[in-house]
Amino acid sequence: MTDRRSFQQIVIAAMGAVMSGAMAIPAVAYLFATPKSRRKAGWVEAGDIGQVPLNTPEEVVFRRTRVDGWKTSNERASAWVIRTSPTEVIALAPQCTHLGCAYHWAEDKKEFACPCHTSAFSMDGKVLSGPAPRSLDRYEVKLEGSKLLLGEVRRDA
Amino acid sequence: MTRSYGHPVLNWLEDRTGLPGLVEDFLMEDIPASSGWHQVFGSVALFSFLIQMVTGILLSMNYAPTPGEAWNSVRYIMTELTGGAMMRGLHHWGASVMIIVVVLHMVQVFIWGSYKKPREGTWVVGVFLLLLTMLYGLTGYLLPWDNRAYWGTVVATQIGASIPGAGEWVTRLLAAENGIGVATFARFYAIHVLVLPPATLLLIAFHVFLVRRHGVAPAPGDNLPKKKFYPEQVFKDTVAIFIVFAILFTLAATVRVPLERLADPTDNSYIPRPDWYFLFLFQTLKFFEGPAEIVGSVILPNIAIVALILAPWLDRSPAKRARQRGFAMGIVAVAALGWTGLTVAAVRSTPPTKAVDVTTISGPEPWQFLTPVELAGAGLYKKENCMQCHGKGSTQFGPDLLAKGQTKTAAELIAHFRNPMAKVPGSTMPPINMTTAELNSLASFVLKLSPKNVALLESIPAYASDAAQIYQKNQCGACHMVNSVGQKLGPALNGLAERRDRNWIVDHFANPQKLSPGTTMPPYKFTPKDMDRITNWLLEIPSA
Repeated sequence: MTDRRSFQQIVIAAMGAVMSGAMAIPAVAYLFATPKSRRKAGWVEAGDIGQVPLNTPEEVVFRRTRVDGWKTSNERASAWVIRTSPTEVIALAPQCTHLGCAYHWAEDKKEFACPCHTSAFSMDGKVLSGPAPRSLDRYEVKLEGSKLLLGEVRRDA
Repeated sequence: MTRSYGHPVLNWLEDRTGLPGLVEDFLMEDIPASSGWHQVFGSVALFSFLIQMVTGILLSMNYAPTPGEAWNSVRYIMTELTGGAMMRGLHHWGASVMIIVVVLHMVQVFIWGSYKKPREGTWVVGVFLLLLTMLYGLTGYLLPWDNRAYWGTVVATQIGASIPGAGEWVTRLLAAENGIGVATFARFYAIHVLVLPPATLLLIAFHVFLVRRHGVAPAPGDNLPKKKFYPEQVFKDTVAIFIVFAILFTLAATVRVPLERLADPTDNSYIPRPDWYFLFLFQTLKFFEGPAEIVGSVILPNIAIVALILAPWLDRSPAKRARQRGFAMGIVAVAALGWTGLTVAAVRSTPPTKAVDVTTISGPEPWQFLTPVELAGAGLYKKENCMQCHGKGSTQFGPDLLAKGQTKTAAELIAHFRNPMAKVPGSTMPPINMTTAELNSLASFVLKLSPKNVALLESIPAYASDAAQIYQKNQCGACHMVNSVGQKLGPALNGLAERRDRNWIVDHFANPQKLSPGTTMPPYKFTPKDMDRITNWLLEIPSA
């Protein structure tokens, strides 16, 4: 009788464990795996920067297409663009690397200032002060004449 | 008062919360010696409800409950997410499993006579749980917002509207006065996820409470000493649950739940059909015509529901042995046979579906590469019912246009459309009364037909061919290019979806100057339906 009892208890536990696992594995994959996205973001035109003066940050607003879950949306995005020489340009992603607030160019101090936790960055994105853990992230850039093309945002090491 | 469990943590828990004692009382409940395999169905029904809850919650985490996006998000779940097709499979097949298990549970209770005094209340609550289970099926059917969902719900809401006296109220409750729309969708979703689950949980709690209050029903003549619920009956319940789970899991993993095309209210070729467990009602309807129709759609089903609820009072004899209850057993047999017969008849009389499963298609479909003129021609081909005489395998009235490629030129075809008798003496084909542009479209589509693309015609969604006709009528091709046909004054429209979204396109039609300063495109005013058609199609023109 005790044999039978313990056999039943083992079967209950084993079947329960198998079923929990069979539900949990696909559920975890479903929630955590990256979607098999079909489209890769390419280069986006961000406008003509021929008129932007050298070494003066300018906020450039452009439209880009983004695969967002089940939607592909065409949305406005921005970048801080600095022409460092007639043929060179850098484009900074417009979020502070601390907690993602939008920062602005403080003309008087010649630095990028984040209003949230007072992080400050130099014109080329280096941390000057505050809690920001790394330099500002940069877009990949390509110039076709004076036309600026932006690629993916790269995190600075 | 406080029980001791031989472990300080358990003792602490028992002292402060009483939970260990609660679990112990639940597992160590006395049940009749005659309890056994026949009583596993209640636990299995509860288990299948839990599966529906878990998979439903998981699906909702990637689902957009509005007609504009529901279909896209379901497609995303099915094609983009790891385990997404599995989750939808479990939820879809789980619904069927739950219906089967709940019905088996009820049949067992009926045959064993367990609904009789003092367990009438348990039975009535059970009948309401069965009705809730069916309501889940009815409301969940609309949520993928594909053609199957849309057209099935059109029929269901029309039946609701035909109820004498209450029809108008049902229609208003479902916000279906002006057909199935955004508000109807919101109501169905709210009922499915916010109204039914708490109602089910409450009724299940009450049902289980009543089972405990009156004790599990003993088999007739069981006077033996009681035994404990755990572990023997729990073991039997678990084995039954495991078998059902294994079947459900296999179904979900191997049989893909199709997602048909986006709901299209203008698709006049779609044949709606309900889920298999409602087919018997669908078939019953066919026996009643005209004013008698509500007998099949409303009166008989309601009589059946009332009779189920009243069963414990319709049959008050204390006899519980099946042998002594010939009439009651006869009812079970007739119901089972009737249900099976009606379902088989319904399955046999519905033509096989031609619907496309969009989740099996990757990349653009062949019809998306048709030029606007050909696509418009496909719409005209359907509108003129050309396949009636020229369909696959036809020889009697006209040649099968799909059997071999066209050998005639467009000009010859147009001349033939205008005056069939002149080209083919004795032809029974009626002359086609259309503008030259339309005849052109029709001819270019007929030229496309060949044995290789038999499926092409079937696969073209109605909105796309309608959109192409609008495109042709407005001569959009005079400035724009689609699939290499048209002019280059305006931008080519291939791959538009990568550059613009739906709102932009709609706004741009209304006021091109605002969004593209300096453009020569005039504003266009379309009816909302036409706007839907044209934007749907424009967004589906593949990248060049």
